[in-house]
Formats: sequence, C-alpha cells, structure tokens
Amino acid sequence: MSDAYLHPPWKDLNRQHQAVTFGMWVFLASEVLLFGGLFAGYTIYRDLYSRGFLAAGHQTSIVFGTINTAILMTSSLTMAVAGRAARAALLRTARLMLMATFFLGVLFLILKGFEYREDIQKGLFPGHGFPLTAAGAQIFFSFYWVMTGIHALHVTGGLAAVLRLIIASARNREWLAGSTSEEATALYWHLVDVIWIILYPLLYLAGRVNG
Amino acid sequence: MVEKDRSRSDLQKIWLKPLLTWTCLCLLLTATCALAYVPMGPGNLPVSLLIAAIKAGLVGAVFMRLAEDAPLNRLAASAGPIWIFILFVLMGTDYFTR
Repeated sequence: MSDAYLHPPWKDLNRQHQAVTFGMWVFLASEVLLFGGLFAGYTIYRDLYSRGFLAAGHQTSIVFGTINTAILMTSSLTMAVAGRAARAALLRTARLMLMATFFLGVLFLILKGFEYREDIQKGLFPGHGFPLTAAGAQIFFSFYWVMTGIHALHVTGGLAAVLRLIIASARNREWLAGSTSEEATALYWHLVDVIWIILYPLLYLAGRVNG
Repeated sequence: MVEKDRSRSDLQKIWLKPLLTWTCLCLLLTATCALAYVPMGPGNLPVSLLIAAIKAGLVGAVFMRLAEDAPLNRLAASAGPIWIFILFVLMGTDYFTR
C-alpha cells in the first residue's frame, strides 16, 4: 500500500489506521453520552407521566418509524459491504455500495420530512393548541422533536461524509482501498443506525397497546 | 475488469456475514413491532428495549467489526455504554429512593 495515504504525524500506515479507528471510537463514545443525557431525561419523565407518554406515543407514525428503521438498517448493510469490498480491493462494488448507502440515507431524510409534515398537520408540536390533554404528552413530543431532530442532523453529517468518499473515489477509485476515511465514516454511519435502533422503541412503540 | 475475475468465494466473504446479520436485524424488527401490540402490561418497554439492545449489539459486533477488532478499540467502544450505565445508576439512586 502506498505511502500516499500516510498523513503526519504517523510514520506507518498500520499505526495511522489504529489511531484513526481508536480516535473515532472515543468520539463515538462522546456522541453516545450526548444521547445518554436525553435517554436519562426520557426515563424520568416517562416514569412521572406514564399515561401521558403512552397516549402521546400512540400518536407517532409507526409506519414511517418502522420503514425508516428498515431503511437505516439496510444502509448499515450496504456500508458494511462497502468497507469489506474496499479491503478486498473490489473497488467497483465498494463504490456502488457507498452510493446505495447515500441513497438510503437521503430516502430516510425524505420520509422523515413527510412524517414531520404529518405530525405538524396533526398539531403534535408542543405549545398552544396541542391536541392531547394527558399530562406529560407535550413533554413526550418535546423529546420526540429534539431526539429525532438531533438524529436527523447526524444523518445529514453522515451523508456529507459518505458523499465525500464517493467524490474522492470518483477521481481515484484506488483511494478507497488505502484511505482510512472509509472506516471512520462507516463507524459514524453505523452509530447513527444504532442510535435510531434505540429511539425506535422509545418513540414509536410506546402506547401501541394501551395508548 | 478485475472484479469480474474474482472468485465467487470473494463475493461470498464480503456479503455472507453482513447479509445474515441484516436478516437477523429485519426479523428482530418484525418481532419488536409485533410484540408492541401484545398486551404485556409494564413488560412491553423492557421487551422492546431488550430487542433493541440485541440489534445494537449485532450492528456493533458485525457491521462495526467489534467482534474482530483490537482490544483497545473494544475498550473505547465500551466507554459510552459504561458511562451511561453509571449515569443511570446514580440517577436511579437519587430518583427512585426519594
């Protein structure tokens, strides 16, 4: 593998690779803690306003939520295959899978936009004229908008990183095989998927039985 | 085209594990969605969170390659969940003992 991929301060590619993945994992741990604070708040308020949270959870769109979960999980599949293909020097496959990941990420955001439009049409935004009267229902939707909003920002950031890989590998396909950027981007993208996997039961499955 | 000359085993190596993992994830998604409509009283939330934890574990172990990663990276990856666990324990000792 060429030293063209080597960046200061590292003197060999193996060490650079170790540093990038380790650094990325430390960064992801800090991201997990950002959502951890929200999960902690959600836990307390769900205990305080159990009925309101279940009634509000019943109002979220399980169809959009479930389809979007499947889309993100599939984008994780294509991203994982892209990385494996790049390491095996199957660079055409790697690029195709990166494009599929980008497409699925954009599809996720488009569906999220349609879901937000539906939520706003139903008045499910905390404030004046909120349609649910159960105590805590507005707090649930505060968590809903903040959590899904921050998550959507993360998806957008991930899309920018995937797009960078697609553009850089269009100029030089071999770049994918040697660069550490692909692995760092993949780790970030998978974390975005993991966060959504945790959000799904909290925001979309609550109150389906007794909401 | 170099890739056309590659053996089927190469493609299998790339696709097999991720595809099996994705199939498990889809089955778990179907299960958690269906179980949300089964009356289990206070059991609904723990069951759905348990399934979510299994799904997150699969993504971490296979897609993020933690199962085959260096111990240092596994340690760094566990930092987030460990600190969240500590956050919840300390929060619980305050909130649930009032």
